[in-house]
Amino acid sequence: MSVVVRIPTPLRKLTGNQGEVREEGKTVREILDGLESHYPGIRERLTDESGELRRFINIYLNEEDIRFAEGLDTTVKAGDEVSIIPAIAGGSR
Amino acid sequence: MAFREDQIQRYSRHIILKEVGGKGQEKLLSARVLVIGAGGLGSPVAMYLAAAGVGTIGLIDMDVVDVSNLQRQIMHSQATVGIPKVLSGQKTLTRMNPDVRVIPIQDRLTAENAMELFSDYDVIVDGSDNFGTRYIVNDAAFFLKKTLVSGSILRFEGQVTVLEGHTSAPCYRCLYPEAPPPGLVPSCSEAGVLGVLAGTIGTLQAAEVVKKVLGVGELLTGRLLLYDALSMTFRKLKVPKDPHCALCGSSPTITTVSGSSEWVCQVPAS
Repeated sequence: MSVVVRIPTPLRKLTGNQGEVREEGKTVREILDGLESHYPGIRERLTDESGELRRFINIYLNEEDIRFAEGLDTTVKAGDEVSIIPAIAGGSR
Repeated sequence: MAFREDQIQRYSRHIILKEVGGKGQEKLLSARVLVIGAGGLGSPVAMYLAAAGVGTIGLIDMDVVDVSNLQRQIMHSQATVGIPKVLSGQKTLTRMNPDVRVIPIQDRLTAENAMELFSDYDVIVDGSDNFGTRYIVNDAAFFLKKTLVSGSILRFEGQVTVLEGHTSAPCYRCLYPEAPPPGLVPSCSEAGVLGVLAGTIGTLQAAEVVKKVLGVGELLTGRLLLYDALSMTFRKLKVPKDPHCALCGSSPTITTVSGSSEWVCQVPAS
C-alpha cells in the first residue's frame, strides 16, 4: 500500500527537505520501517529504545491519532495520509 | 453597563454584528484574559484583544525587549529596546485603547505562582516559548477550570488548539503526554521562525478568545489546527480526550501543579 507521509519541518533535514514522501506498508510500523530505510536516522526521532512512539510525537492516520487506534499496528490502505506531528513550543522569544 | 458615546463609535463594527451586539461588547469589556509570554504570539493576541475592548489584559513575561525580537514581536518597537516586554506592551495596548486595563507582570511563570496568577482571569492564552511552561500552564488552567487557548510556532509551522481538560474536552497532556527532553526539539532562537507566522497563529488565538468570551461559534476544542506557511495549508486534526491522561483522565496521577519552566531555556533570551 502506498501512502503519503507528511514530514514536519523539524525533521525535513533528514528527508532532503521534502515535506511529503511516499512509503509502502500495511501498518504504520511498516511505513516507519520504510522511512528509516530511505532516510536513516528518522526512526530514533519518532520512537524510543523499546520501539514505542515517543510521548511528544503524534502520528496521525488521516485525521485520527494512532494512539487512539492500534498504535503502530494501525493498518493503512492505499491513498491514506500519515502525518508526523511533533510538539512545538515556540512563541515568545 | 451604559456605553459612552466614544465607545459606541469605537466598537460600532462589533456592535452591528448580531453575534456580538451591545451585550457581546459588554462581555468583552468585562472579560479578563491572561496572556503568557509578551513576545511573538503574545503581541498579536494582546493587540487584537485590546482593540476588541477586552477590559483586563494580564501580560506575564520576564524578558526585556531585544532588537532581535522586532522581526515578529509587533507590540514592541525600536524605542522600547531594553525595556521590560510587559511595560513596552502595556504602553502599546493602552495607547491603542484607553478602555483596557493592562496588568504587567514581569516575572517567570512557575509552578508556585501559576495558580494564584490564573485565579484572577477568565481565559488563559499560552504564547510561551518552552515546554516546561506549557505543562505548568496546562495543569494550572485545568485545576482552576479555565479555558486555555494554546498556540505554538517553529520555523514555518504553527499549531493552535483550545484546551478544556476540566470538561469532556482534552488537555495539553492528552495531546502530548510528555515534553521532549532538552535538546531534542530546537527552540525558535536555534531553529528560526518566520516572523509573520507569529501574526497568523496569534490572531487565530485571539479569535478563539473572543469567541469564548462571546459564547459564539465553534471553538478548536478537541481539534488541533496546523498551519504550514510554505505550502499555505491549514489542516485540522482530531484530538481525543485521553481516558488515561495523567492529569484529566479517570485516575489522575498529577494532583498539583509542579515542574520547572527553566530546564528548556538553555538559550539566551535573544
